[in-house]
Amino acid sequence: MIIKQISVFIENRSGRLAEVTSIIAEAGCSIRALSIADTTNFGILRLIVEETEKAEDALRKHGLAVSSTNVVSVRIEDKPGGLAKVLRLLSDNEFTVEYMYAFISKSDNEAQVVMHIDNALKADELLTKSGY
Amino acid sequence: MPRKELEALQLERLKRLVDYCIKRIPHYRNKLEKAGVTAEKIKCLSDIEYIPYTTKDDMRDTYPYGLFAVPLKDIVRIHASSGTTGKPTVVGYTRSDLNNWSDLVARIVVSAGATENDIAQISFGYGLFTGALGLHYGLERIGAAVIPISSGNTEKQIMLMKDFGSTVLVSTPSYAMYMSEVGAEMGIDMRKLNLRLGLFGSEGCTDELRAKIENNLGVFFTDNYGMSELMGPGVSGECRERCGLHFAEDHFYPEIIDSATMQVKPRGEVGELVITTLTKEGIPLLRYRTKDITRLHYDTCKCGRTHARMEKVKGRSDDMLKIKGVNVFPSQIESVIMTMPDAISPNYQIVLTTHNYMDEIEIKVELVNAGLLTNYSDLENLQNQIRHKLHTVLGLDCRVTLLEPKSIERFVGKARRVVDNRIK
Repeated sequence: MIIKQISVFIENRSGRLAEVTSIIAEAGCSIRALSIADTTNFGILRLIVEETEKAEDALRKHGLAVSSTNVVSVRIEDKPGGLAKVLRLLSDNEFTVEYMYAFISKSDNEAQVVMHIDNALKADELLTKSGY
Repeated sequence: MPRKELEALQLERLKRLVDYCIKRIPHYRNKLEKAGVTAEKIKCLSDIEYIPYTTKDDMRDTYPYGLFAVPLKDIVRIHASSGTTGKPTVVGYTRSDLNNWSDLVARIVVSAGATENDIAQISFGYGLFTGALGLHYGLERIGAAVIPISSGNTEKQIMLMKDFGSTVLVSTPSYAMYMSEVGAEMGIDMRKLNLRLGLFGSEGCTDELRAKIENNLGVFFTDNYGMSELMGPGVSGECRERCGLHFAEDHFYPEIIDSATMQVKPRGEVGELVITTLTKEGIPLLRYRTKDITRLHYDTCKCGRTHARMEKVKGRSDDMLKIKGVNVFPSQIESVIMTMPDAISPNYQIVLTTHNYMDEIEIKVELVNAGLLTNYSDLENLQNQIRHKLHTVLGLDCRVTLLEPKSIERFVGKARRVVDNRIK
């Protein structure tokens, strides 16, 4: 399934992540998944929230550099080899996964991951066709 | 005025000035006696070279009134420089000085294109600083409607600009830039306002920043120059041709010297600007070293004015940073930053530190293009691109740090871009 992901540029200093997530909390948006990676002085915070536009507006109002992109959300079997199977399918069809991270799982036998794939729409088509 | 007549007038005024200083100011009397200079000995303008230089230290040593040539009862105004270290430098004006000052500022604003129909918003800070009151009196003299709003309270500035229909803006270039950012945030298209002319000054500005301000505010940008020690604004200013700042040579005699050897340089060479005030009564200055680096052109301007044209100040010899033995002007760094308007904002900070006994230079810039957030490599490429451009211009390897938008301090007056934390 295609969903919207928000990316926020944040400086690497203590308390900044708390401040940014507070902005989203004040906007009344619930965070479904999140990933952050950093270099020595900055990081990109990637978020999946329930009301993307509302959260985006709130972040922008606070002067942050924000963008949104399409990512693919995939449900996979929560057992050994589940993730490997779907990644194999994508690589066999020449899709490149640039980065991925996990969702909070709401079910016992399923896990959910967010993937940033170079051609999200085509990848999503393939995944749907293959039963994901 | 043809140059021959102008030079005759300068010589006459210079002789009168030397005599005036000897008679009225003990500090100059001592100096000139030691140098053996009297009014009679000055036969041509180049004889000015026998007169010793005056520096800011001379003004500090005689603080507050030691260089005044008239008793305080004849002084009608006192200004002081924005001295950030030590005592400020104090200047006193007689009534005739104020009158000349207004005339000279009127001259530069007219040559920049201001008229009696203009509504001029003065967003320089009022107070001891000469910028605001100087432009104020000059614009009033030509009959423009002056709004003395002073600096700060930027949203109100923009509201009045819109409601009052201001046509002329007087501010520092960095404040003008900041106003355009705030205007955009308020959802106002600054280009649609009545603003048409900017009289900007009191700090340096690169061509790139100038173009950006013109584009954001929809104004014709003109630069003007002056300093409180000499009078304030009105010493020189650009005409509509914008090929140098016309120098008020009938009131100020300019020379270009080599800062190291203190020798006068041939006409047309770059060096430190030295100015002698030819008509000031309150506090005349003989060969005052401005520390500003520039060049003078003596050919007649396309606009027809014969007064020498001064190039935009390249930097102050005071501003020059020595990093790992390399001479760097902050304006060079600014010119690089301004070439990437789509990726980073025009605000930046230069931070100098010492690491392992070596100088390190870090340039902090604000990321504005959120489109680069897909990949880390895009951000790293941007950093490398800036670093590479800086290296080409400066010959130095700089660390480039990306910051969040609006995280670098904005200034309503002169911008302070350099933080020097090096161990001295």
